[in-house]
Amino acid sequence: MQLSPDETIYWQQGFVVINATLVFTWVAMVLLIGGSWLITRHLSVREPISTRQSVLETIVSMISGQIEEVMQRQPGPFMPFIGSLFLFIAVMNSLGVIPGYQSPTGSLSTTAALAAAVFFAVPYYGIRERGAAQYLRQYLQPTFFMLPFNIIGELSRTLALAVRLFGNIMSGEMIVAILLLIVPLFFPVVMQVFGLLIGLIQAYIFAVLAAVYISSAITSEGD
Amino acid sequence: MDSITWIGLASVISAGITIGIGSVGPALGEGRALAQALASIAQQPDEAATITRTLFVGMAMVESTAIYCFVISLILIFANPFWNFAVSQAGG
Repeated sequence: MQLSPDETIYWQQGFVVINATLVFTWVAMVLLIGGSWLITRHLSVREPISTRQSVLETIVSMISGQIEEVMQRQPGPFMPFIGSLFLFIAVMNSLGVIPGYQSPTGSLSTTAALAAAVFFAVPYYGIRERGAAQYLRQYLQPTFFMLPFNIIGELSRTLALAVRLFGNIMSGEMIVAILLLIVPLFFPVVMQVFGLLIGLIQAYIFAVLAAVYISSAITSEGD
Repeated sequence: MDSITWIGLASVISAGITIGIGSVGPALGEGRALAQALASIAQQPDEAATITRTLFVGMAMVESTAIYCFVISLILIFANPFWNFAVSQAGG
C-alpha cells in the first residue's frame, strides 16, 4: 500500500523523476489555467454575459468577500495569492474522486511547497506594507527575549499548515483504500463523499489561515 | 527474541497507543468548541456566518495535534525506517 503519490514513478533518469505527484499537479494546473483562459477570452461588461463568466465572477467575488471579512481590509493586493491557494488546493482535492487520479496534496512535497509559499509570502506582504524595520520589530514584541519563541512559532505554524493538509487528504485516500479491501460494496463511496467535503474544507482553511497570518504581519499596534 | 521481533512489536504497540491517546484530547477540545459555537449562535443568530467560519478555522487548528499523531502511527506501520533497516540486515 503506497503512502503517497510520490511512490508511483512513471519515468526516471538520473535524479530527474516524473512521479504521479508531478503529473497530477500538471493536470490540475492545465485544467485551471486552460479553463480560465477559455472563459476569459471574451469578457463582456454589458448584457448578455455568458453563464461561464458569471460563474467565474461569482467565485471571485465569494473569495474576495471572505478575504475581506477575515483580514478587515481591502482584499485587492492579496486576492491573487490567497485566491490561487484556495482554487488550486480545492481543485486538486476534488479531482481525487475521479478514478485513477491521486490527489497531489496527499504527498508531503506538495503541501510543504504550498506552506513554504505562505512562509515567504508573510514577510513579503509585511515588508511591503510596513517596511522592513517595522516588520522585524514585531519579532521583538512584547520583549526582546521572545525573539527565539516568535521565530519558532513562525516555523511551527508553517509546518502545521503543511502537515494538516497532508494528513487530512492522505488519510482520506488511505481510508478508501483500506475499505476497498474490507467492505468494497458501499462504504468506500461514502468515505469518498466525505473526502470531497474534507478536501474543500481544508482548502478553505489553508487559504483563511494564510490570510490570517498575512494580516497579523501587516497589522501594527493601534490599527 | 531477536531485534527484528522487538522492533515489530514496539512499532505496532506504539502505533496503536499513539493514535488511541492522541485522538482523545483534540476530540474533547473540538466538542467544547462546538458547544460554545452553538451557544453563541443561539445568542446571536445574525452573526452565524462569522461564528461558523471562526469555528471551522479553530477546529482545524485544534485537529492538528490529532493529525500529527495519526501521521506518526502511519509512519510506524507503513514507512518504518527501523523496520526497513532490520529487514535489510536480516535479508543481507
